[in-house]
Amino acid sequence: MVSMTELISLLPIPAWVAYTLAALIQSALLLVVALCSAAVFIWLERKVSARIQDRLGPTRVGGRFGWLQPPADGIKLLLKEDLIPAAADGPLFRLAPYISFCATFCVYLALPFAVGWAALPMNIAVFFILAVAGLEVFGVILGGYASGSKWSLYGAIREAAQVISYEIPLALCVVVVVLLSGSMDLVEIGGQQAGWFWHWNLFHDPFTFVTFFVYCTCALANTNRAPFDLPEAESELVAGFLTEYSGFRWVFFFMAEYAAMFVVSALGATLFLGGWNGPIPVCEWLGLTPEHGGLGTWINDIGNAILGWIGMKSQLDFAVWLGNLVGMCNFIIKGVLGATCMIWIRWTLPRIRIDQVMTTCLKYCVPIASAMMAGVMVWCYMFPDGVVAYVNRPEAAMEKIETPPSAGEAVKPVFKQVAAMSQPEGSARTMLASPSDAVRGSQMDVRAIGEVER
Amino acid sequence: MLTERMDPESVEFDVRTDEMLINMGPQHPSTHGVLRLVLRTDGEVVTEVTPHIGYLHRCAEKIGERLTARQFLPYTDRLDYLAAMNMNLGWSLAVERLLGHRVSEKTRHLRLIIAELNRIANHLVAAGCYGLDLGSFTPFTWTFREREKILNLFEEVCGARLTYSYITPGGVTADLPPGWLDRCEAFLAQFEPVIDDLHAVLTNNAIFIHRTANVGVLTPAMAIDYGVTGPNLRASGVDWDLRRDGEPLVTEMYEGYTWRVIAPINGRYPDDHPYPAIPKDAVVGDSWHRYFVRMLEVVQSMDLIRQGMEKYSRAVGEVDKPFEIKKKLPKGTAYLETEAPKGQMGFMLIGDGSPVPWRVRLRSSSFCNLSVMGELCRGVLVADVPSIGGSLDIVLGEIDR
Repeated sequence: MVSMTELISLLPIPAWVAYTLAALIQSALLLVVALCSAAVFIWLERKVSARIQDRLGPTRVGGRFGWLQPPADGIKLLLKEDLIPAAADGPLFRLAPYISFCATFCVYLALPFAVGWAALPMNIAVFFILAVAGLEVFGVILGGYASGSKWSLYGAIREAAQVISYEIPLALCVVVVVLLSGSMDLVEIGGQQAGWFWHWNLFHDPFTFVTFFVYCTCALANTNRAPFDLPEAESELVAGFLTEYSGFRWVFFFMAEYAAMFVVSALGATLFLGGWNGPIPVCEWLGLTPEHGGLGTWINDIGNAILGWIGMKSQLDFAVWLGNLVGMCNFIIKGVLGATCMIWIRWTLPRIRIDQVMTTCLKYCVPIASAMMAGVMVWCYMFPDGVVAYVNRPEAAMEKIETPPSAGEAVKPVFKQVAAMSQPEGSARTMLASPSDAVRGSQMDVRAIGEVER
Repeated sequence: MLTERMDPESVEFDVRTDEMLINMGPQHPSTHGVLRLVLRTDGEVVTEVTPHIGYLHRCAEKIGERLTARQFLPYTDRLDYLAAMNMNLGWSLAVERLLGHRVSEKTRHLRLIIAELNRIANHLVAAGCYGLDLGSFTPFTWTFREREKILNLFEEVCGARLTYSYITPGGVTADLPPGWLDRCEAFLAQFEPVIDDLHAVLTNNAIFIHRTANVGVLTPAMAIDYGVTGPNLRASGVDWDLRRDGEPLVTEMYEGYTWRVIAPINGRYPDDHPYPAIPKDAVVGDSWHRYFVRMLEVVQSMDLIRQGMEKYSRAVGEVDKPFEIKKKLPKGTAYLETEAPKGQMGFMLIGDGSPVPWRVRLRSSSFCNLSVMGELCRGVLVADVPSIGGSLDIVLGEIDR
């Protein structure tokens, strides 16, 4: 696969310029994706809520369906007075919205839109997403604390209590899938679910099926969406941590919320719903995968022939690009459907109380997620090759479990990740080329420390 | 909750921190107008709620002492502006009582239809806003959509949508326009399935039940001590409704009608209704029952309207016209309480022989219903304060007068 950096480094410019240019283009593209998804979800929220409530929603700005309403709102909010309350802690008050938005935006770096189509392919993408998405809460706490309003403080405290609690079951749900697939790489997890929709992790076993719904609950709570929208509960706390915010700072919080909606539904789609793989393996039938065949080879031949005809000698893999494009559409559709469900839930359910929020987390979500994790472990041990293989040849599977050397293989999916993590990978491996290098490196470190001490 | 907090063994006692005073209102989304609640909170636990009122005080009683009885009628619209017809009715009946006047049977049926329609409109607002207080926005728009249809009917009758001044001392300003009864019947017919929708999104909803059942329990004794009336009193299991138990001037309106007072007696509601069963967590007198009594009263009012429309169309003669504006009031005192949607609304006037009453006094049901709030909100969570306040269904126009 040709990355953008490689493409740009073909130009006659120094390498560092090429890298900077590639990074800038990539982040600009992602920013556009994040902002567009926020704008689309704001529009969607208004239209869906309007339909639920027997209203029309926006109808004027941008034609019949009011699809230009979010930009129009954005312009209006930009033109508003930049108001900072006298009691507020100015610098923190200004800083908070950007922390929230940047944290949410950073998560987009790791989202795999198709095979290898992630801005920053990482072998610990799952871990990265959980860690970075958790930073959003800092912005909210800061904003609530710095606003100098009691209602904002309440919102911030609620956010801290709620989001930090719900991160535990959310991480447990994610770990269930990590155990199952033996990888923290979202591209790998997505790739394992290729094929028909029953290959999705959701239908892998009863435990993942339950885990998916626990994940949905925790995702709602983590993004402060109803019925868990306590930090900004308008009937109790006026607007919670948003009370004192106006204009574009408010927009940043708002966009962070809507961008986070897409993040959690996209993560859920990758972990449980096959990621970029459609319910029917159309791309595989058409040969739009790296394996090619059929239509894929044909497309490649034609594409390269056309390029050759205009004087470019190339061996570009058009078929995989096309397959990835379809995959990206699948991924985005799943993300949008997830967000639509969140909107639907918001406009249906009343808000729950803070003690009930905590009860839901600590008494239900955490134990259920833990039990599912144990269940998936047992399942992977019992049916290492899936239930179908077990039913077809139960004696073979039992042999595998009973004989010690094969038993290691049988539980391999569970411990694959641990093994992978203990081995230095990629850049780390090149840095420490041989054991002697590593020893020398550590000796140098010791010497350096000694020098500093002297 | 209270005993739990006092227990030194409990965690909440250990982590008790400084108390904080918070102003909820007068500008707050869920205080139902310009009510100011001062909350003394310990974290999320509210230890004390003090309502401060008077932001909407317009000297209604004093104005009543400068105007004739009919001229004061528009001011009664502005008391409980969500049930202005019932306010008109209360004032009109009080004035008629002072004058010893009785309106014709047809007028009585007409007044009943209009008053019960407004009761439905009021309870719709109450249920919708209650959903809003609990964070559920959608029922609010559904109930307001239905209320709009009632307002359309009222607009046909009197030209106004909020402040009607329709039921006047002596009669009503105008008879029903032709075809109105059919349109009213059409409204009731299409409204019935909407009630099921509301029960689906609110009454049956697990979160709604968790938020309302066993929250803000108002015991019958406490309710009577504080003078709580209306659906709030009946939800506490007190079988008391002025439409049945009130003064003859009020009860004669309901003579010949078959209906029963909606109150949970021994944990059971009187009529077999197709609506959800009482959840097992609910306690008589809690927020859930206050909400549910209103929802059942809506159905009751629909039935009363249907009966009223039949009796109205069978009644002979004309509806009564209002008194002339400067009709002189006799010497004496008249006080009458009527069953307004929010509770017992009392009007008193003292006549001195001139058209202008010497004294006007208004007894507000919402005022008494609000007074119990401090008692109900002791030791609850912050989120329960709007929940309990909303379940009492107060309107500040009537409290501040």
